[in-house]
Amino acid sequence: MIFVENLHKSFDGSPVLNGISTSFEKGKTNLIIGQSGSGKTVFLKCLLGLFTPDEGNIIYNGEAYAEMDDVKKRDLRQDMGMVFQGSALFDSMTVEENVMFPLKMFTNNPISEMQERVDFVLERVNLVDAHHKFPSEISGGMQKRVAIARAIVNNPKYLFCDEPNSGLDPKTAIVIDNLVQEITQEYDITTVINTHDMNSVMEIGQKIVFLKDGYKAWEGSNKEIFKTDNEAVTNFVYSSELFKKVRQMYIEERN
Amino acid sequence: MKYFEAIGKYFLMIREVFSRPTKWGIMKNLILKEVDDLIYGSLGILIFISFFVGGVVAIQTALNMDSPLLPKYLVGFATRQSVILEFAPTFISIIMAGKVGSYITSSIGTMRVTEQIDALEVMGVNALNYLVFPKITAMLLYPFIISISMFLGILGGWTASVLGGFSTSAEFIDGLQIDFKPFHVFYAFAKTVVFAFILATIPSFHGFYMKGGALEVGKASTTSFVWTSVVIIIINYIITQMLLG
Repeated sequence: MIFVENLHKSFDGSPVLNGISTSFEKGKTNLIIGQSGSGKTVFLKCLLGLFTPDEGNIIYNGEAYAEMDDVKKRDLRQDMGMVFQGSALFDSMTVEENVMFPLKMFTNNPISEMQERVDFVLERVNLVDAHHKFPSEISGGMQKRVAIARAIVNNPKYLFCDEPNSGLDPKTAIVIDNLVQEITQEYDITTVINTHDMNSVMEIGQKIVFLKDGYKAWEGSNKEIFKTDNEAVTNFVYSSELFKKVRQMYIEERN
Repeated sequence: MKYFEAIGKYFLMIREVFSRPTKWGIMKNLILKEVDDLIYGSLGILIFISFFVGGVVAIQTALNMDSPLLPKYLVGFATRQSVILEFAPTFISIIMAGKVGSYITSSIGTMRVTEQIDALEVMGVNALNYLVFPKITAMLLYPFIISISMFLGILGGWTASVLGGFSTSAEFIDGLQIDFKPFHVFYAFAKTVVFAFILATIPSFHGFYMKGGALEVGKASTTSFVWTSVVIIIINYIITQMLLG
C-alpha cells in the first residue's frame, strides 16, 4: 500500500497540488484521473520521488519517503517499475537489452538466468519475436508492452504507469489495460495509473482518485463512479454522449 | 546571479558524477562505446583539418618573410611553435566543442526529452554517473588524438613548404629542431587534459539539465558550444599565464 498525506507541491509560487490525501491499495489497479493540467503527472512524479513535495508525506511500507536515507530510497526505487507515457525505452538498446537492463544493473544473476527471465516476461506481454529489434523498429503498442516488460522484470512491488494508452488505437489500449490489470493481480503489486482514458476508468478502475485544479475532488471505484452525483466528476467523466448513455443504462439496470 | 547558480549546479553535477558508481561490467562497455563515438569518430575530421591548417601556417609564414636575411628554417620553426603551442591543443578543442560537444548535448538532451533519464532515475540508477562518467573516462584518450594532430599539422607544414618551394626539406627539419623546449610539449598536453574534461562535462551539463522539447535540444546544443568554447579560451589564457607567463 501507498499512503499519501496532505501533499502540496508548487512551481515558482503557483500551487499544483493542494493537500492531497489518499491511499493506493495492493493488488488493485489504482487510477488517477483528471483534466489536463489538473496535477496528475506532478502527483505521479511526487510518488516516484522525481519531484520533492513542498509539504506532506508519501508513505511506502509504513515509512515516509522523505525520511528515508539515500540507501533506503535506492532500495525502494528498485522495487518500483514505471511505464512512461512515451515508453522511454533506451533507443540505443534492443528490446531484449532494454528489458534486461534492470537485471544487469541490480542483480548478479548469471546471464543464462537473466535471459530466461527476459524471455519469460516478453512472452508474458505477448512479444515473442521482437527480442533483437530496436525501439524505433516496433509499433507504439509494442513499445508500451516492452516498457511493461521492463517495469516488471525485476518483480517490483509498485507499478506506475503514466497514460499507458496515449497514442494507441482503442483495441491495443484495451490489450494494454487488461495486461496491466492481469499483472497487478498475478503478482499482487500496487499499481498506480495516471490516465484520462475513460475506457480504462470503466474497465480497470478498482480505485479511482479524481483530481481537479490540484485538489482531490472525489475518490471511489469504477462501480461507484456510475452512481456519484459529484458535479466535477460527472462533468468530466460523462462529457461524451456515449458515456452519458452508458451511465443511464447502468442506473436503469440497477433500478 | 543566473550564471553563479549555473556554475554551482555544474560543480554539484561533477560531484554526483563521481558518486554511486555503476557496476564495472556495465561501465566498461559504456566507456568503450564512448571511446568509439568521441575519440575514434573524431579522427577523420581531425586528420583532415590538422594536415591542411599545418600547411596553411607554413605557407603564411613563408609568404610573410620578406627579408632575404631571414633564414629559411624559420618556416619550420614557426610551424612547430604554432602547431604545438596553440593550433593542436586549443584550435582543435574549439572544433571538438562543435563536433563532440554538440553530440553529447543532443544525445543527453534527447534522453531527457524522451524521459529516458527519468526512467534511469526511477530505477535507482545514478543517471549522471551512468551517462557522464564514461564520457569523461573516454576523453582521457583526448591527448592521444591531439598528439596525432600535432604530428599531422607539422607534416602538412613540411609538405606545403617543400612542395611549394618555400624551403628545402632539410631547412624545414632544421627549423623544427632549433630551440626546441620539451616543456612546451608538457604545457600543450597539460592544457589538453583540462580541455578534455571541459569538453566532456559542459556539454553534458547543458544536455542533462535542459527543459522542453526537440527545439530546446537544438538550442541547448548551440548554447553548449558557445559556453564550452568560451571556457576553453579563458582556461587557455589562465594556463598559459601560469605555465609560460
